[in-house]
Amino acid sequence: MPESDNQNNNVVAEQLRSWNAQSVSEVIEFHGETTIVVPRELLRVTAEYCRTNLQFNFLSDVTSLDRFPIEPRFEVNYHLVSIPNKMKLRLRTRVSGADPVVDSVVPVWPGAGWMEREVFDLMGIRFNGHPDLRRILLPDDWEGYPLRRDYPTEGFRDIPATFLPAFKKQ
Amino acid sequence: MTTVETATGESKTMVLNMGPQHPSTHGVLRVALEMDGETIVKAVPDLGYLHTGIEKSCEHKTYSQAITLTDRMDYLNPLGNNLVYCLAVEKLLGLEVPKRAQYIRVMMVELQRISSHLVWLGTHAIDMGAMSVFLYCFREREEILKIFERFAGQRMMTSYIRIGGLALEPPAGWRGMVGRFLKMMPSRVDDYETLLTENRIWLARLQNVGKIKLEEAIAYSMSGPTLRAAGLAHDNRKLFPYSSYEEFDFNIPTRTDSDCYGRYMIRVAEIRESLKIVEQAMAKITDQGPIRTDAPGIIPPEREKMKTEMEALIFHFKIFTEGFSPPPGDAYVTVESPRGELGCYIASDGSPKPLRCHFRAPSFVNLQALPRIIEGQLLADVIACIGTIDIVLGDVDR
Repeated sequence: MPESDNQNNNVVAEQLRSWNAQSVSEVIEFHGETTIVVPRELLRVTAEYCRTNLQFNFLSDVTSLDRFPIEPRFEVNYHLVSIPNKMKLRLRTRVSGADPVVDSVVPVWPGAGWMEREVFDLMGIRFNGHPDLRRILLPDDWEGYPLRRDYPTEGFRDIPATFLPAFKKQ
Repeated sequence: MTTVETATGESKTMVLNMGPQHPSTHGVLRVALEMDGETIVKAVPDLGYLHTGIEKSCEHKTYSQAITLTDRMDYLNPLGNNLVYCLAVEKLLGLEVPKRAQYIRVMMVELQRISSHLVWLGTHAIDMGAMSVFLYCFREREEILKIFERFAGQRMMTSYIRIGGLALEPPAGWRGMVGRFLKMMPSRVDDYETLLTENRIWLARLQNVGKIKLEEAIAYSMSGPTLRAAGLAHDNRKLFPYSSYEEFDFNIPTRTDSDCYGRYMIRVAEIRESLKIVEQAMAKITDQGPIRTDAPGIIPPEREKMKTEMEALIFHFKIFTEGFSPPPGDAYVTVESPRGELGCYIASDGSPKPLRCHFRAPSFVNLQALPRIIEGQLLADVIACIGTIDIVLGDVDR
């Protein structure tokens, strides 16, 4: 099963390259999973191509990753499934910490609506063209983005718990 | 606070708050309903009342410590959450789980599926007014929880599925317990069907309520019984088999009516299919054999070895203080939870704690379609629609 996945997904990388050579900046294979790194500007058109021409009709998830302090800091992953072809694929874009903005794929897969809202809410990456980009899990007036690496696990909102004894011990 | 925009001036519509405290939202879900009389014009769900930051907590714990947190997300399917997390970590590490452990995992996850569907059926029925079904379902669920308590020492948050296999050996006499449950259950499912399936009130409340077209369901990334009721036989156990599901013989109930009644029929049929799988798993599980792979440095050594051998003691110490470090990379695994496609995305940077641990929650994604499903329905149908998507707020909010 893993070997055939690799072969199938290398086919996907080839198809994407033959459609638009700049769309595939990197192909990563790891334990049978294929990740195609797409430049930020070409994300929406590549996603559209994957859905219409390559039959990746099911968006399984949109996840984000914070690699602070490595730059580019944020990665946004789109996990795609092609139900007719029984294939999985991951598209990835990398954005810098200074400008965390990505095009929204809601016009391609409406199911991305809430997934992108969650990424915005917890990681602070904005999505251009999202119909309703606001916080979903945290209260609307929350400041800060908790899943970022520089956000503490203890404290009140984005103020670290310097009043706790553990901090005073230093 | 989310507010629903209403027309200015003479307003025909009324905004009703179906607050987080409501017996029929199955948890703390708030839906702001804009209604024209009894008909819903617009619905805005407001989530986050059960958000506990499980993903952030998992990123500050070692890989083995995070298993106990995964139990608590979808609290009606803790073994399924354990399984998806452990499968993702095992993929990162390249571990091969022994067949015996895989069969026991399948058996436990299918028992968990039956227990989750029983809770769904009981609560959905009581929402619709059929109060006795609730107690019958929970009586059967007690038997499953007793089985879990025997296996793992815990009724619900078992953390029984660990990285590389299972936590403990199956207890003595487990075949008797599970066998008795399998013998008793089919007639009980027949009882539920006798009470509900052709009941005029049940049909009137559920048929043609909460419809969604198949293309819309796929576009909204819905999964599980909601997608199967719309006509697509999509089940991760068959599409991308994991944990030796390809060796089991079972069907995927699918319907085309895509309404609340269709989803009810599918879930009852899934209980019967799960009983078949448990029976097959019982036959496949041998009495002797490993329950965890042999991977020194990752899987803790047996306690006897740890107390007598120096090397085992050092491994034990390193695993429980520092933890093991998978190679850098990432893995995304999806399993079929009772609610739909449950996924776990783990990214590792070579340290003992995950760089990113994200869970694709089926209830969260399915709930996205709720405004589409209840637009144009009556208020009483909203209860049916929320129940039929089968959401668990721990899964929605994490």
